[in-house]
Amino acid sequence: MRVALFATCVNDAVYPSTAIATTVLLERLGVQVDFPAAQTCCGQPQYNTGYRRETEPLLRRTARAFAGYDQVVAPSGSCVAMVRDHYPRIGAKAAAEGRGSELADHAASLAARTYELTEFLTDVLGVTDVGAYFPHTVVYHPSCHGLRFLGLGDRPRRLLEAVKGLELLELPGADECCGFGGTFAVKNPDVSAAMGADKISNAGATGAQVLCGADNSCLMHLGGLLHRQDSPLRTLHIAEILAGTEEETHA
Amino acid sequence: MSGTYLGMPAFPEAARSSTRDTGLRANLTHATRTIRDKRATAVAELDDWAQLRQAGKDIKDRTLRHLEHYLTQAEQAVTAAGGTVHWAADAAEANAVVADLVKATGETELVKVKSMATQEIGLNEALAAEGITAYETDLAELIVQLGHDLPSHILVPAIHKNRSEIRDIFTEQMGRWGRPAPEGLTDDPAELAEAARLHLREKFLRAKVGVSGANFLVAETGTLVVLESEGNGRMCLTLPRTLISVVGIEKVIPTWRDLEVYLQLLPRSSTAERMNPYTTTWTGTTEGDGPQDFHLVLLDNGRTDTLADQVGRQALRCIRCSACLNVCPVYERAGGHAYGSPYPGPIGAILTPQLRGIQSEIDASLPYASSLCGACYDVCPVAIDIPEVLVHLREQVADQGGSGHRLERAAIKGAGWVLDHPALLAAAERAASRTRALHPRRLPGPGAGAWSRTRDLPELPAEPFRDWWRKHR
Repeated sequence: MRVALFATCVNDAVYPSTAIATTVLLERLGVQVDFPAAQTCCGQPQYNTGYRRETEPLLRRTARAFAGYDQVVAPSGSCVAMVRDHYPRIGAKAAAEGRGSELADHAASLAARTYELTEFLTDVLGVTDVGAYFPHTVVYHPSCHGLRFLGLGDRPRRLLEAVKGLELLELPGADECCGFGGTFAVKNPDVSAAMGADKISNAGATGAQVLCGADNSCLMHLGGLLHRQDSPLRTLHIAEILAGTEEETHA
Repeated sequence: MSGTYLGMPAFPEAARSSTRDTGLRANLTHATRTIRDKRATAVAELDDWAQLRQAGKDIKDRTLRHLEHYLTQAEQAVTAAGGTVHWAADAAEANAVVADLVKATGETELVKVKSMATQEIGLNEALAAEGITAYETDLAELIVQLGHDLPSHILVPAIHKNRSEIRDIFTEQMGRWGRPAPEGLTDDPAELAEAARLHLREKFLRAKVGVSGANFLVAETGTLVVLESEGNGRMCLTLPRTLISVVGIEKVIPTWRDLEVYLQLLPRSSTAERMNPYTTTWTGTTEGDGPQDFHLVLLDNGRTDTLADQVGRQALRCIRCSACLNVCPVYERAGGHAYGSPYPGPIGAILTPQLRGIQSEIDASLPYASSLCGACYDVCPVAIDIPEVLVHLREQVADQGGSGHRLERAAIKGAGWVLDHPALLAAAERAASRTRALHPRRLPGPGAGAWSRTRDLPELPAEPFRDWWRKHR
């Protein structure tokens, strides 16, 4: 089984600790991971802002970078939703515009092999207890793309509940959007910040030490709000919790 | 909020002030969350909801594919039943038809059932310009009209007002329009409803002309259907001598059997009721019973153009339930007025730019008024993939250029070039990491400034992941 790590551009450039944790975690579970260096960005910010044709070279690049791998795993529900939901649409539109089926073929091939991390752990590897240790109180924010587009359901929660020492608290209004939304965060900064303020206030009210998520883009937004307010609550990607053991911490 | 939708600011600008209006935020949060929870309960009661939703989608799609056929069938049936059908290409034509029909009766006032189509075409304002007064009789529309306000929700047009504000409006304004509010009116909901009932009663009894929209038009019999909760609609549809209904062409459904699906989907999605309280149906005219003169104005006003768009056309399936508004985190915080149209919320963000076009600043800003969280699609009873249409419309706005989009495209293309050359990307990442001590957590400028006003920027890592991988694996 050849498994490729799709680190995502945000993790590569800003949150390498998440990509490192994903690598360590998967290797601990016996997966041989490769990082194809030709990967860059899936193109979601461009596509969701209205630049579909500008996204096409990135679709092509991503498909080629991961060609030949049995599975592609990303620690981001958002980027996986881009591959699984939007790549086929980009391919279909290109075909409808008389530009052949190349993009649609790339999209279909990649969409069938691409998994979000928690989905890969529970569905492909069939594990919920990954042997992790994290002695802290945690709330989990299920980002919209994972929750509604990928239908991750309770997979991330099941993984967290199996972590030794971890106390998982209920996040009120968990399924509501945090307000990041890609370029929405800067095109509609006031509504975005108002949504984020409610999310961190709900998280803070639980008394948890850690606000955990499976998408660093949402956590960048929430973390930015928390940092500005000097809040003791810190954000952390689920991979960094799951990678940690009693011997070695990754968070 | 008063006046008109024309010349309203773009969504982000309007939302800047509405998100800071704590009273408005409290009203909206309370109201939307209450309806949201009730709807979830009402929908969960039906174990065939998914099939109903699929049927609701399929019936509308099939009807829209053969729209000309069903509209012609409906026209023939309405005419055969004693009604008169008028076709209006746009708002101006529809308003002129209605004004001429009212003038022909010699009347200068009329009563109205709550109707989105007549809000869309600005009928009340157009009639006022012709010396005709239109009285809204739906409780919330009455509040909006008396308050010289604009509706901010499809189902609950006065959702932005709380009951003490409503009491003030009734006390100050009712007397200018007819029967004044009772002395010593409090903000008790039952008292407010009674004040409205007394005020409206004299209008119902006096009116010779009624104007309505319709939720559905059943093609096989030419029957119009209105769903409402207060009984005011029943009054307007039965008491006046002349009835004029303004109906969007997408409201047609083929048969009564199809109606069965929507009579389950609509009440549970909108008011969280198992069965709609007042469902009025009428077919042409009946001698000695109800209006003796019936006119149906079939309205296009951008719908044919919307139908021509393969992705955007799904917005025409909308049955105006407003479930998408009630779950939308953006609507809840920005409020309905920020959308600059009688169709606010997620459905408004895809419907308004298609019906009105994307030339104006407000209309071009609407497809971006969403974080694409997808909650709207989940609750839509006719499965309109609102996020898909939003992104589709963003492409049209970006293609149109203007207002920063040309610059944005240049930036996207530049970034795209770097992203298509991994070595360049790696070099850029390394440069950023090496200089990370110099990076501030706040930045000025259009994009970064909008981010930094409330949020700190993340601290950059010592090295990008690809460098870690090269060293350690």
